Amino acid sequence: MTDVVLIDWGGGNIGSVRYALDRLGARSVLSSDADTIANAPRVILPGVGAAAPAMQRLHELDLVDTIRALEVPLLGICLGMQLLYESSEEGEVEGLGVLKGRIERIAPRPGLRVPHMGWNRLRRERSSALLDGIEDGEWAYFVHGFVAPLSEDTLASSDYGSGFTAVAGRGQRFGAQFHPERSAATGQRLLANFLAMEAA
Amino acid sequence: MLSRRIVPCLDVRDGRVVKGVKFRDHVDMGDIVELALRYRDEGADELVFYDITASPEGRSVDRQWVERVARVIDIPFCVAGGIRSVDDARAVLHAGADKVSINTPALDRPELIGEIAEVFGVQCVVVGIDSLRDEDGQWRVRQYTGDPSRTRALAKRTLDWVVEAQERGAGEIVLNCMGSDGVRQGYDIEQLQAVRERCAVPLVASGGAGTAEHFVHAFAGADVDAALAASVFHSGAVRIPELKRHLRAQGIEVRDVA
Repeated sequence: MTDVVLIDWGGGNIGSVRYALDRLGARSVLSSDADTIANAPRVILPGVGAAAPAMQRLHELDLVDTIRALEVPLLGICLGMQLLYESSEEGEVEGLGVLKGRIERIAPRPGLRVPHMGWNRLRRERSSALLDGIEDGEWAYFVHGFVAPLSEDTLASSDYGSGFTAVAGRGQRFGAQFHPERSAATGQRLLANFLAMEAA
Repeated sequence: MLSRRIVPCLDVRDGRVVKGVKFRDHVDMGDIVELALRYRDEGADELVFYDITASPEGRSVDRQWVERVARVIDIPFCVAGGIRSVDDARAVLHAGADKVSINTPALDRPELIGEIAEVFGVQCVVVGIDSLRDEDGQWRVRQYTGDPSRTRALAKRTLDWVVEAQERGAGEIVLNCMGSDGVRQGYDIEQLQAVRERCAVPLVASGGAGTAEHFVHAFAGADVDAALAASVFHSGAVRIPELKRHLRAQGIEVRDVA
């Protein structure tokens, strides 16, 4: 029995996400096979890197339609979350489009260093099972140069120059801009909540 | 609001944590995973593992301990030492490190910064700079600092290298001020301020921490994003929970300690 399938497209943080799942006792499988992903009980799309080569890789692996068609809980992490949106300013690329909106660049300005790198606070915006037990103001570890603006899919926000989406969700599709695998107890809680989700 | 980061640095030699004074006379400090877990529990925001033997000996980081750390640690960590190519970086990142820090190899071949950034993104490329003030008053870069018998002074000015490294794709700069390193008299605020003015990416102060007040000076005086230290944490002279309480009392935002 598998608890979750991690989409293996070559993204940088796949090892550390898998170790985090191991620490939770979850049975995870790494795969780039469409059938395995389509039949998974839950799917995580990890990712560190740039949007355009990542989407190109998902196209080469013929996984774009597979991911779009998933009806089980799906969690994108960091770049993986950004790929769930309709498009990205990073490389002017079309995304998977399962969340509404466009990923934008964080504009550097005096005192605002880019990339946004470090621990920042989460603000709860909407209630979701993904955020059970995570309090307003808890800290999460972010590393990114692009952001999803606030929208009706924003479950939790954070602030860096202006507010942005830290956790997104629409139906069974979720995204975390921060790295749950590197966000100590807060990240562990989010992953545990995700693993507790069942297909609707 | 983004918090300021406290970063213990663990110098690694042959799979053990060691510490020397002014880059010399290394003593054994303990097992890597044990120390990493201790710092995680105490509230470290990030860890740096620096393989001090890798560059001088011309070999790559042994990746086995990287994976050992990645399996148990749930805060970010960076690996430095002997990363000379995209393949070296890939091996370390795929073993579970979040960032790689390059120093001597980036001086040998500055294109390496951009090559790693191109493949893995700027966020995982840290450029470490060992810097010392020369008699003419200029700060200049040192190379091969892991081995005092091979350390070389370069003609490259530190401030110029900071600018070039960013242009080439550095996502973070660690400035190690060698004049203050290991002697616990405080960070080199003057040099950090000069670098800060030219640094639009996160800047990490390194070298000289002796007391909690030194961290206050680095954050408040030089506006650095993170402060790195080794011996004061290893020896227990500064404990991270108390350090964070002190910083917060001074109005400096830090992540809560469990």
